[in-house]
Amino acid sequence: MNEILKIEHLSKTFGNNVVLTDIDFEVKKGDVTSIIGASGSGKSTLLRCINLLETPTSGEVLFHGNKVAEGGIKEEDYRAKVGMVFQSFNLFNNHTVLSNCMLGQIKVLKRNKEEAKAQALKYLEKVGMAPYINAKPSQLSGGQKQRVAIARALAMDPEILLFDEPTSALDPETVGEVLDVMRTLAKEGTTMLVVTHEMSFARDISSHVVFMADGKIEEEGSSKDIFYNPQSARTKEFLTRFREDKQES
Amino acid sequence: MSFFQRMVYIVQTYSVSLLKGAGVTMAIAIICTALGCIIGLGVGIVQTIEPKKNSSPISKFFIKFFKTLLSIYVEFFRGTPMMLQAAFIFYGFSQLFGINLGMWKAAILIVSINTGAYMAETVRGGILSVDIGQTEGAKAIGMNHFQTMTSIILPQAFRLIMPQIGNNLIINIKDTCVLSIIGTVELFFTFKSISGALYTYFEAASVTLIIYFILTFSCSKIMRYFEKKMDGPANFDLATTDTLAYTSGMNLAHIATRERL
Repeated sequence: MNEILKIEHLSKTFGNNVVLTDIDFEVKKGDVTSIIGASGSGKSTLLRCINLLETPTSGEVLFHGNKVAEGGIKEEDYRAKVGMVFQSFNLFNNHTVLSNCMLGQIKVLKRNKEEAKAQALKYLEKVGMAPYINAKPSQLSGGQKQRVAIARALAMDPEILLFDEPTSALDPETVGEVLDVMRTLAKEGTTMLVVTHEMSFARDISSHVVFMADGKIEEEGSSKDIFYNPQSARTKEFLTRFREDKQES
Repeated sequence: MSFFQRMVYIVQTYSVSLLKGAGVTMAIAIICTALGCIIGLGVGIVQTIEPKKNSSPISKFFIKFFKTLLSIYVEFFRGTPMMLQAAFIFYGFSQLFGINLGMWKAAILIVSINTGAYMAETVRGGILSVDIGQTEGAKAIGMNHFQTMTSIILPQAFRLIMPQIGNNLIINIKDTCVLSIIGTVELFFTFKSISGALYTYFEAASVTLIIYFILTFSCSKIMRYFEKKMDGPANFDLATTDTLAYTSGMNLAHIATRERL
């Protein structure tokens, strides 16, 4: 049993609004899973349910077989092991870049300052943000912020990284610098679950692709299967649009 | 004597009383603004606590009960004149309980709880206006509610409400004048004594006005300075490869030494 995350019959409703219906899938160690689909198909909500930022209406999130919602594992411990990168970065505005990457290690993992600093520098160097350790988030560009956010998540030594549309708030120029970092991570075998609109990126780095429509998993499979041999009509239609976009550009 | 000569005469004759009055006014204003901030912080934090969905009905009830009590406090002290509250508390305590609070204690008590009532709403607003993403970012790396509040939300909320704290300080400097009703000898009381003794309302008022203005203006400048200081430097130094290599080298050396031991 080497699956890190397992989602079982997960549903989420906001009032009368059904956002997710009966979602089932799992993430194994080393997998890079992309969740694609139109806006409003429930991709981000799914990711937020996995990290308990939203409480699922029904169904289970299992982490190494432990039910997360019912206290099978402490909420804080679980979140420390599941890193999250947000669309809007969510760096701590009152802390410097270095402190952003150290805070969680010190407060949550109870590491000492030196260890936390060494770890933070290691990952900041990896994402190319080491020279900016003294900067405040407000002094950085979007792409730089997102790279720091990735370093912050990595510094916690998570078992899996969740990315919630990490490049959607960036301009086309800076999208590349963030995707490059993510590509490197994928190559190194980091387990990743990525919600994205960057289709060619999803196609190239994913081992597994989940296509969502109307709050349901319409189709899932290997990157090759989904992108080159989709079975469902919805998937075909969605991907045709992506191909047309590509030809235009 | 001309108008200005009379003003000079007042300043010369009553300089000690005026300085004492100004001192008392400032002392009450600063102490009470500080205490009021602490009260407001406490009340404001409680007001923003949302009971968890899975918490027990008892704790839900207590949270609701405390919140109601606190909003009664806020509404009452915001909604009635401080001058009447002063009379009510000062004379009420001595008549009902036989406790003579004394001028200082009464003054500080009244102005603090008043400021606290206003600050509670300010703090609540400050906490609510910190982007929800900050909380989510902190939760996502496993920080609990307390850690999130103390390291992320409150420092940012505090910066947001700094102008409002300055506002309250200035309001308090001026509003301590209503304490003359319970006999606090502050700046306004001094003005009344001088004008009564010399029968020169206009001149005494002019002198006192100027003193009030100097006090409030300096305070607003000082508060601005603190705000700037909290924002930190506008620029940052890029860490050069040298310094980075130096620090990481240090760490390596450190680890190496530790391993050798």
